[in-house]
Amino acid sequence: MRFFLEVLISGLLSGVMYSLVALGFVLIYKASGVFNFAQGAMVYLAALSVVGCMEKGAPLWLAIPLALGIMTLFGIATEKFVLRKLVNQPPIALFMATIGLAFFIEGLAPMVFGSDPRALDLGIVDEPIEAILNRWGMVISRFDLVAAGIAALLVTVLALFFQYTRIGRALRAVADDHQAALSIGIPLQHIWAIVWGVAGFVALVAGMLWGARNGVQFALTFTALKALPVLIIGGFTSVPGAIVGGLIIGASEKLAEIYLPPLMESAFGGNFGGIEGWFPYVLALLFLLIRPEGLFGEKHIDRV
Amino acid sequence: MFYREAGQFKSSYAADQQLFPIRQDRIGVLLLLAIAFLVVPFVAGEYWFSAILIPFLIFSLAALGLNLLTGYAGQLSLGSAAFMAVGAYAAYNFELRVDGLPILFSFALAGLTAAGVGILFGLPSLWIKGFYLAVATLAAQFFIVWCLTKFPWFSNHSSSGVISTQKVTLFGYAFTSPREKYLLVLTIVTVLALAAKNLVRSSTGRAWMAVRDMDVAASVIGIRLMPTKLLAFAVSSFYCGVAGALYAFCYLGSVEPDGFSLDLSFRVLFMIIIGGMGSILGSFLGAAFILLLPIFLDIALPWLAGALGLPFSNATVSHIQILLFGTLIMFFLIVEPHGLARLWQIAKEKLRLWPFPH
Amino acid sequence: MFAYRKPLLAVAVSFALLSQAALAEDQFFPIVSYRVGPYGANGQAFYGGFVDYLNYVNLKDGGINGVKLVWEECETEYNNAKGVECYERLKSKAKVSTGPLHTMSTGISYALIEKAVDDKLPLAMMGYGRTDAVDGSVFPYAFPLVTTYQMQASAILKFIKDKEKGSLEGKKIAFLYHDSAYGKEPIVALQEEAKLNKFDLSLIPVAHPGNEQSAQWLKIRQENPNYVIFWGWGVMNQTALKAAQKVGFPREKIIGSWWAGSEEDTVPAGDAAKGYMAATWNVAGTTVPLIADIEKVVYGANKGNLQDKTKLGTILYNRGVSAAVLSVEALRGAQAKYGKGKPVNGEQVRWALENLDITDARLKEIGATDLLPPIRTSCANHEGSGMVKIQQWDGAKWVPVSGWIEGDKALIHPLFKVSAQQYAKEKNIVPRDCTKES
Repeated sequence: MRFFLEVLISGLLSGVMYSLVALGFVLIYKASGVFNFAQGAMVYLAALSVVGCMEKGAPLWLAIPLALGIMTLFGIATEKFVLRKLVNQPPIALFMATIGLAFFIEGLAPMVFGSDPRALDLGIVDEPIEAILNRWGMVISRFDLVAAGIAALLVTVLALFFQYTRIGRALRAVADDHQAALSIGIPLQHIWAIVWGVAGFVALVAGMLWGARNGVQFALTFTALKALPVLIIGGFTSVPGAIVGGLIIGASEKLAEIYLPPLMESAFGGNFGGIEGWFPYVLALLFLLIRPEGLFGEKHIDRV
Repeated sequence: MFYREAGQFKSSYAADQQLFPIRQDRIGVLLLLAIAFLVVPFVAGEYWFSAILIPFLIFSLAALGLNLLTGYAGQLSLGSAAFMAVGAYAAYNFELRVDGLPILFSFALAGLTAAGVGILFGLPSLWIKGFYLAVATLAAQFFIVWCLTKFPWFSNHSSSGVISTQKVTLFGYAFTSPREKYLLVLTIVTVLALAAKNLVRSSTGRAWMAVRDMDVAASVIGIRLMPTKLLAFAVSSFYCGVAGALYAFCYLGSVEPDGFSLDLSFRVLFMIIIGGMGSILGSFLGAAFILLLPIFLDIALPWLAGALGLPFSNATVSHIQILLFGTLIMFFLIVEPHGLARLWQIAKEKLRLWPFPH
Repeated sequence: MFAYRKPLLAVAVSFALLSQAALAEDQFFPIVSYRVGPYGANGQAFYGGFVDYLNYVNLKDGGINGVKLVWEECETEYNNAKGVECYERLKSKAKVSTGPLHTMSTGISYALIEKAVDDKLPLAMMGYGRTDAVDGSVFPYAFPLVTTYQMQASAILKFIKDKEKGSLEGKKIAFLYHDSAYGKEPIVALQEEAKLNKFDLSLIPVAHPGNEQSAQWLKIRQENPNYVIFWGWGVMNQTALKAAQKVGFPREKIIGSWWAGSEEDTVPAGDAAKGYMAATWNVAGTTVPLIADIEKVVYGANKGNLQDKTKLGTILYNRGVSAAVLSVEALRGAQAKYGKGKPVNGEQVRWALENLDITDARLKEIGATDLLPPIRTSCANHEGSGMVKIQQWDGAKWVPVSGWIEGDKALIHPLFKVSAQQYAKEKNIVPRDCTKES
């Protein structure tokens, strides 16, 4: 039981890390209907910018705003040079363009900041919390807890931003109906640039946490793959969905990794570990059987 | 003037229904095939066969498969590499376990196996679509590769999970040199490409396109969605499966499940985007472009850097390559979203009118 | 329209350039490398060292007996298909003269093994690739030099056994591995060792890319093994160290393979890496006389290959140098037999690789002591050494903590023989008779 709880909690905390990446997808999809495959690459770019600036001599408190500046500029440039030119193209074309964008970043970022894997020290030690270890004998990582706290904060801030600010309202209006928003005078292109900026900010937070967790390096781009099933479960358009989806994926994936392989081994013989790669996707697929638009997705009705 | 169909009257049903109704097209295709079969084998060097022509044909076939599914039937798939893997491993196992099975049968059976798996993973398309479906096909991508890694039976209990393919022999004749392999691949690809060309203009192909354009409308006019979509998955996977078998047997000679990664799926997807969705010709053009571009950049960039005296290190050159690759993909989507095939169409129209454009 | 025409023209031009061959009196090296992509950082250090040494030989001695070394590099991004394309591109230039080909990728090596035989191009797979190629009677052109995954696993166990006062009986050892050809190779050897030494072995695979390992490490925490033997690559390495810290598993009890034991693996993990051990066959540092001399000669002449000079003297850089040293020694051997001062071809290099005898004295002479163990190959033994050192990360650098340890040859080599025989049967290869080779 203790072990079960330990796995469950560690899974939930990992899930928060997935949510952070998924959040970036949701923001952009919500506002512009673009499925931004480059989100993983943006996480990489953001983390690399922070480390890159620090290597050039900037302290952490300065490197973060600098990186945020880079991400914002990048978002604006993306909107101006790529997405604006692709207005009215089918969604698949936009999706493909973001894959191109991902390649662009994967070539550019290491060229500017160097491709060596580097450590990013945020000053939070990733060790088990001793009080809990002594009291219940459970391992809970301090770092993961802090990360979860930051994620919660981020979601709250974003929710408030969407709900109560002028820009936030405009964003929601754009998400609801581009043309209606345009006709009441919301400057669509500014809004998109802002959304890409905000997504860049989310990528920055995710990049720093993932970077501090595993080191800053090319493999950060793979975080996108962990976020996709989260999106399916949570729905492409829902911020809370990204969080809940992340928690579900994180917990179930860890539990499955621990408890499924022994079952399969007794059934087929051999060694069946390492199912984390596909398990979330299959789980997401099963979810789709029940709710094709995800947990919090909007129901879509087709009309001829 | 060069491409004028005026004066070509069709006086029989047979003439009206042939695969290439315009005479120039017929001549062009025949000429192309003649060059590919009769001229290329004698002029191309070994590098061209093993590093460019064979992979080009194989990737064209895979792209063709994906194009049938995505370009014609409108079902976005990110799992084509997994179906290639199924084909490769199936062909290996048929050759291994059935004594003396002619290689063509193995390839066909590999395609059928992939088709079966494709139907299985196509089932979600019945109730989801768009990006949800795309992500669902990723399940196929990861799950299939994992299965091939985990069940040692598939790789004949090789300790590393890598399979090393058998000799390609047909009725006692061994295809060993790159030239022979090229001819074998070319024959298979030609037959399958013509079959695809034929298929997409049949009622099946038109049903696919109706589903692609709007599936609700299609079902309203009496197209049954389930068999239509599943057939698209089956046919597409068949093509990918055969391509995978050829990839293992005629190109690499030795494959591991991890080789059929998501990256490979993306490459195939890029091919149809750049080449042109919903175009047989586009699959070939796209494959050529995606395959040749990195090779070209690899050769041209260091040369350019040297000529201009730029202090590029090898790493920088490689990074620029990836960067340019991404840029070109975006560039194409912006400038010519219908791909290279559309450029060819424009060229044809120009040729029809030239030199009297009015 | 003509925006597209220009690149096409350029393609045509560049292929014309392709046919340009290396000068006949030079010794050509095909280099199939990777400097970008997920493992780009590793490749940059390794191939940086490799190219630097070739340059060093040119600058210092004017080549090998007056034969200048020339090379061409092709980027694979660690991708098998691209590796084959690169190989095909470079092999036409490697017809007249060639050095051994180092791909630094197990997958690419596998794809090239048969082609290399047809093209008479020797494949050097130093510490990776198809391990049963140790049996040279079946694999004439493949050389898993220095040591193999299996021998290395066995050597690590020997090291643990020494620490545990000579017995592993009743101990628990977990094997945490990258779930690919690379990670799976040593399993057979470990299972044999477990039978022989009576320890409990548990196998824990990690799915590619391995950037999430909390479940695996919780499992390890629950099983609480005495040691974890670790076969990771790329991001998986630092993730594992971080995850070990997260569950409080002592890093002093984790011993990695040599692909998991470089600065690229430990630096990103920060403090979590301190105390972690890994196998290696070359030491780190610029204090090795040869490395110091390369710094002086090559970087002094401003001809260094490294973009980032801090990589000089890292584990992988020095390993790249060791690979180049071995290649150059083989070329010297080939020249000694087939004519001094003349470039040698693949067949001749193959002979030299099969008759390598690099002694401690010779290593000392070129200043490469501790960059390589002494190596002596033969037709029946393409590995030539089977020795590794164990090193430990002290938080800032890798420090060797053992002398050369040799794996259990009597136990491991017969496994290669069986596997090679099976391969020979599948492929209808008639093994050479090693007693008749000279």
